[in-house]
Amino acid sequence: MIEPASLASEPLFGLPLAELWFGLVFFIFAMFLFLDGFDFGVGILFATRDDTAEKEQLLSAIGPFWDGNEVWLVVFGGALFAAFPSVYANLFSRYYLLMFAILAALGLRGLAPEMYEQREDATWKVWWGRAFVVGSLTTPFLLGLFAANWLLGATALVTLPGIVVGLALVALTVVDGVAFLRLKTRGELREDLRTDGYRALAIYLALVVVALGYLYATTPVLRPGLLSPLVVGLVVATLVLAGGYAVATARDRHHPAFAAAAGLVFTLVSIVAGLMYPVIDRAGGLTVEAAIVSPLPLNVMSIGAALLLPLIFTYFGVLYSVFSGPIETGESY
Amino acid sequence: MVDLVIASRLQFALTTIVHIIFPVMSMGLAPFLVYFTWKEIRSGTAIYEQLRRFWTRIFAVSFAVGTVTGLVLEFEFGTNFAAFSTVAGELFGGPLALEGMMAFMLEATFLGVFVFGRERVSDRLYFVSSVAVGLGTWLSATWILIANAWMQTPRGFEMVTKNGQSIVNLTDPIAAYLNPRFPWMFVHMQNAAVESVALLMAGIGAYYVFRHHVWDNPVQHPEFWEKTLKIALVVLIVTAPLQAIQGDAYGRHVAETQPQKFAAMEAVWETESYVPEYIVAVPTNVEDLFNPRAKELFGIGIPGMASWLASGGDAEATIRGLDSFSTEAPPVAIVFWAFRIMVALGFWFILLAFWGGYRWWRGELLEDDLLHKALMASSLLGFLAVEVGWIVTEVGRQPWVIQGVMRTSESVSPGLTGAEATFTLAGFATGYVLLLVLYTYVVVRLVRAGPPARDELDAVDQPSPNEAVSTDD
Repeated sequence: MIEPASLASEPLFGLPLAELWFGLVFFIFAMFLFLDGFDFGVGILFATRDDTAEKEQLLSAIGPFWDGNEVWLVVFGGALFAAFPSVYANLFSRYYLLMFAILAALGLRGLAPEMYEQREDATWKVWWGRAFVVGSLTTPFLLGLFAANWLLGATALVTLPGIVVGLALVALTVVDGVAFLRLKTRGELREDLRTDGYRALAIYLALVVVALGYLYATTPVLRPGLLSPLVVGLVVATLVLAGGYAVATARDRHHPAFAAAAGLVFTLVSIVAGLMYPVIDRAGGLTVEAAIVSPLPLNVMSIGAALLLPLIFTYFGVLYSVFSGPIETGESY
Repeated sequence: MVDLVIASRLQFALTTIVHIIFPVMSMGLAPFLVYFTWKEIRSGTAIYEQLRRFWTRIFAVSFAVGTVTGLVLEFEFGTNFAAFSTVAGELFGGPLALEGMMAFMLEATFLGVFVFGRERVSDRLYFVSSVAVGLGTWLSATWILIANAWMQTPRGFEMVTKNGQSIVNLTDPIAAYLNPRFPWMFVHMQNAAVESVALLMAGIGAYYVFRHHVWDNPVQHPEFWEKTLKIALVVLIVTAPLQAIQGDAYGRHVAETQPQKFAAMEAVWETESYVPEYIVAVPTNVEDLFNPRAKELFGIGIPGMASWLASGGDAEATIRGLDSFSTEAPPVAIVFWAFRIMVALGFWFILLAFWGGYRWWRGELLEDDLLHKALMASSLLGFLAVEVGWIVTEVGRQPWVIQGVMRTSESVSPGLTGAEATFTLAGFATGYVLLLVLYTYVVVRLVRAGPPARDELDAVDQPSPNEAVSTDD
């Protein structure tokens, strides 16, 4: 039993809870980008399919999952609010119009598949199909813009590195979407997707190089971080994972390819977090230590998270195992 | 251009007014879905499978729209009310994070299994999924109401200075989160959700029963709609009186803990005893008709009734008037009328429940066309009651965002401009109207399409390996 007095005065078991929550917030963001990322990828690839049956297959593939995937964004917002309320307030109000653009894009993406299925009417399906593509394309782009602005402490909404990171994120979600769809489809469609995956991967790597090079050249404050062993290691890991993805895709090893795609998302988010630390809000001048909540709410939240995260992984385990394996032609769950 | 504070408040009000519809649908439908699933598995009767599948479709659409609108709400604390978020975040952020982790995750993942997995999982896991979804919706409300209850009757904190700013610091989690207001809000809200959905079901059921039996315009699956009507009536008979009983006790709690809100609900300007309960009240001059702070009222009231309600039985009791508070009164007309509409609707629902129960007992449920019409006309009124109820709660708390601690006017984002807020407000007004139109359109289509036919169900019961599995839900 933990004494209430100690709960109120110092971090639980002397753990570096501020750093753990910094890591946790980015971990949750990465989970969202990885999981909803393949939904975005599927949405973008939707535009490349002409065949109605194939389109239906793409929608069926994400049907049972996307609601749960998107909840990671809700949890990201909640965790940032709970652990770093001033950062949550600063960031969301500073990038005010960008946040609403993200919400609008995400709303379109969420609404479109739900609406698409409601009517067997060609015009209806064409328009909701387009809405699905637009929402899936703009959401990762705007999220990339948001993440880059956050890292740079930009006061403008649109910045050049932000655009590059946004485009990189779009490419990455396509890589992710291809890896997911190759688990869920068979035959010709699965073969076609292979090339889409390679192309998106090449574009992603090129944009990451451009983004890192640009930051090195123009942002002196980030230079030591860019040359730190952590970030260099993460960049090397990115290249290794990209190679792994390409090889696994070529050999039809779908699960390793999917894991490599996940790895790419996590390394990208880790690079951003690594470059940011120990600051958490550059424009607001807040470090992790200054922005973290007081010991009592921090301890309460940490106990909550420690109990709930394993449960959440269990739910996702159940969901993904119930709907594992490719969808048969003409079948939707 | 609209003033920053006004634009932010209007936007938040609009977001909540639209968003609340969808959680009410989820929370209200959840127990029905658990019951239908249980009966379907236990009895194997096709009608329960029809009921489960029909209402699951509506649940799924409501959940999707609810996610979209709810995410906006969560972000709006940061975008528009950054000052509030910074000041109250150490205490207020926790419940929001826990809502996401504890409730929303449970609901969203098991909804995937529940909507898509009937043919893939065992009966046991399927039933567990229905319970998990329902539990998720109710837990979600728990955390949101914990956060809101704290704003109404804040406890368990002290003000400290951090990074040069005076902020709320959590000192006692039990006192803060198990706030005295929370149980009242929770029971009132959950019961309202179930009652609202029961009214919606009764209205839809009555429409088809009316067409079939009264108009003699036969519909498919008449027994499905009769069953829907009967189940909804049973739930209404339980929830409608309960709502009035605990609503009365909740009102007394408000009178004790938020006297300014209570005075606004009753439009009591000067401290008085033996205060009448006005059934209707109108301003004595025409200009005041559009003035939400209109003071001079002419009304028809029951002598001593407001005092009697506030004190729990003493008609002589004193009610503190709005003029005696140091802060400006909330917009009295809005609170006064919203409260009256809510109470009137509550009594109407009780009347409907008894009327329907009586006709059913007499064996005349399917013939009483006036009852059918009343139920049809009332199908959305539960949602209206929830909306006006929240207006009483939220507008009545003004000018405070955290009662007695922080004013709403101090809570908006410091860096934001009125132009930005006006721009997004306009976007919201358009987007949310479109969203509501779309949602209504889809639900009406689903209701028109009716339940899946029995022979379709049979096909699903014995799926052959080569056959496509139903794509209905």
